[in-house]
Amino acid sequence: MAQIREIRRRISSVTSTKKITRAMELIATTRIAKAQQRVQAAQPYAREITRALSSLAASASLDHPLLVERENPKRAAVLIVTSDRGLAGGYTANAVRAAEELQSLLRSEDKEPLLYVIGRKGIGYYSFRNRAVAHTWSGFSEQPTAGDARDVAATLIKAFSAGVDDEGDDAGEDGILGVDEIHLVHTRFVSMLAQEPTANRIAPLVVEEVDFADDDSSKVSEQQPSYEFEPDPETLLDALLPTYVTSRIYAALLESAASESAARRRAMKAATDNADELIRGLTRDVNQARQAQITQEISEIVGGADALVSVGSDD
Amino acid sequence: MPLNVELVAVERQIWSGEASMVIARTTEGELGILPGHIPLLGQLADGGTVRIQQESGEELVVVAHGGFLSVTDRGVSILADVAEFASEIDVGRARQALDKARGADEDDGDAQAAARRAESRLLAAGETV
Repeated sequence: MAQIREIRRRISSVTSTKKITRAMELIATTRIAKAQQRVQAAQPYAREITRALSSLAASASLDHPLLVERENPKRAAVLIVTSDRGLAGGYTANAVRAAEELQSLLRSEDKEPLLYVIGRKGIGYYSFRNRAVAHTWSGFSEQPTAGDARDVAATLIKAFSAGVDDEGDDAGEDGILGVDEIHLVHTRFVSMLAQEPTANRIAPLVVEEVDFADDDSSKVSEQQPSYEFEPDPETLLDALLPTYVTSRIYAALLESAASESAARRRAMKAATDNADELIRGLTRDVNQARQAQITQEISEIVGGADALVSVGSDD
Repeated sequence: MPLNVELVAVERQIWSGEASMVIARTTEGELGILPGHIPLLGQLADGGTVRIQQESGEELVVVAHGGFLSVTDRGVSILADVAEFASEIDVGRARQALDKARGADEDDGDAQAAARRAESRLLAAGETV
């Protein structure tokens, strides 16, 4: 009797957990669609700014600090995009693992990695291990805005333009712990079922070529018409490059948000399926226990009646 | 032949359509773009407004914060960190923001930027500052 009650309690607790995971699965599914829409919506700007930069790069001398490799880079910033909330399967763990690989690669090249972390889970990972982190941001991993990206980019570009002008771990005269390179680790959205953590260098940057494949006028534009610039190309490049870096970071944040939701959806689907399995097993146990109890009761009654009958016949 | 105009902010495309003329102010000065303009890349002046004259004669006034202007043989694209239509500007709120930002510390870079944004909003909405 006590055993049946015990199992019934477990069933009801698993059922309510299942309700939660099912709800989270549905929420994550809608969030993937939303995140993908945002990725789509951000495309025109990314396309236009890349186009503008390519045309500018053809005319301006490319000796802007954001474009030139530094001699003897000593310190490299590593920006890691993780999630704010858990229950997303291996999402954060995978991003952190990719970041760790990148860091050991940097160390083998005699560059000291300096961590910048986005997302509460990633921050927790590093603070638990007492690892130094230069700067952290949190609260927007699922719905990043352009403002968030601007914030992150501003901090990184400031550190980058300060450069490594000091020895050891001291911040140096300008009070900024400068870096010579900026790397970005984010999770690429391959498909609903596959997300892949990737590391890219965003500074000194390599301007990505725009894919003009879907453009009829591509042949005309390839000839690079002579552009007019207001103000002069160098000043323009100065203004345009940080914006370009920002748009790259924004794109990475959006893609990571989509990946996070996809990872969460998959984890929650697995959890819901697991709960179903558990409930099925437990229900079987309950039925078995109930059957056994009934059988026992019947044999007790029959045995009792038999005993009474045999007692009566003795009279 | 009308101009193809695209107005895109970082987060989304805000407007696209055809226009007969685009008037913008770059850091170098005021500039009018008619169809067939030679390719041009310009940085919009701080809090610069862009006026898009549509074929129907209507004029769209847009405030583009931190923007760039790119003219190609395909048309005109206006890139902005944040962009809004003058007709959608809340004058009361902008004025409030301006007063608040002006009351702040002179050394506060954020407040100064906020003041400039609010000013350009009010100017675009046809108010005086």
